[in-house]
Amino acid sequence: MKAAVVVFPGSNCDRDLAVAFEQAGFDVSMVWHKDSALPEGVDIVGVPGGFSYGDYLRCGAIAAQSPICKAVVAHAERGGYALGVCNGFQILTETGVLPGALLRNAGLKYICRTVDLKVATSDSVFTQGYNAGDVIGIPIAHHDGNYFADAETVAALKDQDRVAFTYEANPNGSVDDIAGILSENRRVLGMMPHPERASDEGHGGTDGTAMFRALAGLVATA
Amino acid sequence: MKARVHVMLKNGVLDPQGEAVRHALGALGFDKVEGVRQGKVIDLELAEGATEADVTEMCEKLLANTVIESYSIELQ
Repeated sequence: MKAAVVVFPGSNCDRDLAVAFEQAGFDVSMVWHKDSALPEGVDIVGVPGGFSYGDYLRCGAIAAQSPICKAVVAHAERGGYALGVCNGFQILTETGVLPGALLRNAGLKYICRTVDLKVATSDSVFTQGYNAGDVIGIPIAHHDGNYFADAETVAALKDQDRVAFTYEANPNGSVDDIAGILSENRRVLGMMPHPERASDEGHGGTDGTAMFRALAGLVATA
Repeated sequence: MKARVHVMLKNGVLDPQGEAVRHALGALGFDKVEGVRQGKVIDLELAEGATEADVTEMCEKLLANTVIESYSIELQ
């Protein structure tokens, strides 16, 4: 199984994400933002957290126009798997791969702490290692994590069971407590919380491990 | 040619920064402020031959995120 993790100027969770993939058994390559193609045979692309291009203009807006993002969009359009965490989620919404947008936190403060997340669906490769309704502890670290989409889009996400995670206690004003969403084909997940920061005993929690393990197992048989 | 692009959060999209500014103005004693919306102004220096349609395309593709923002263009 091959994973690629994209590195933008200002990414700061790229190595954490790579380690989480590696620990689950992936062969990981790092891909620079100026590259225009993903390595041959990549099963899943990780778009990591951080502050790509200094969050200039809007979080993720400049990264979404980078050469590698065009390859990531093409990969997703071909039915490839992708995981966008935090800034990676913002980037995936800016590219249009995922609907909606991430606004400034309603309380205006940067929030960095572990939150309780409810697994809203187990029907995806990302969440199959959990049961729907499970509550897991995953860290958040963001200033712009307030998920917004118009009422019609939110209704469609719910109807299609595409809300992957919700906050138990909404920290940032996200509409309907949404913390992570799936693409229509359920192969792209964007989420503000950081599963890669809860995937090793040294992190103080391992509730994110099930996601990477399930990915490794399911991508291998896909 | 120059163009000035105004980007604002759409009506109905919460603007917590504007709200914070409104509170701060209230704290300073400006009690007649009923609402504040904060946006961005982007000035573009354009080469000969650029058109408003070009600027519109720039807004749609990059300068504004039309999921949450509206924009207006002033050619100068």
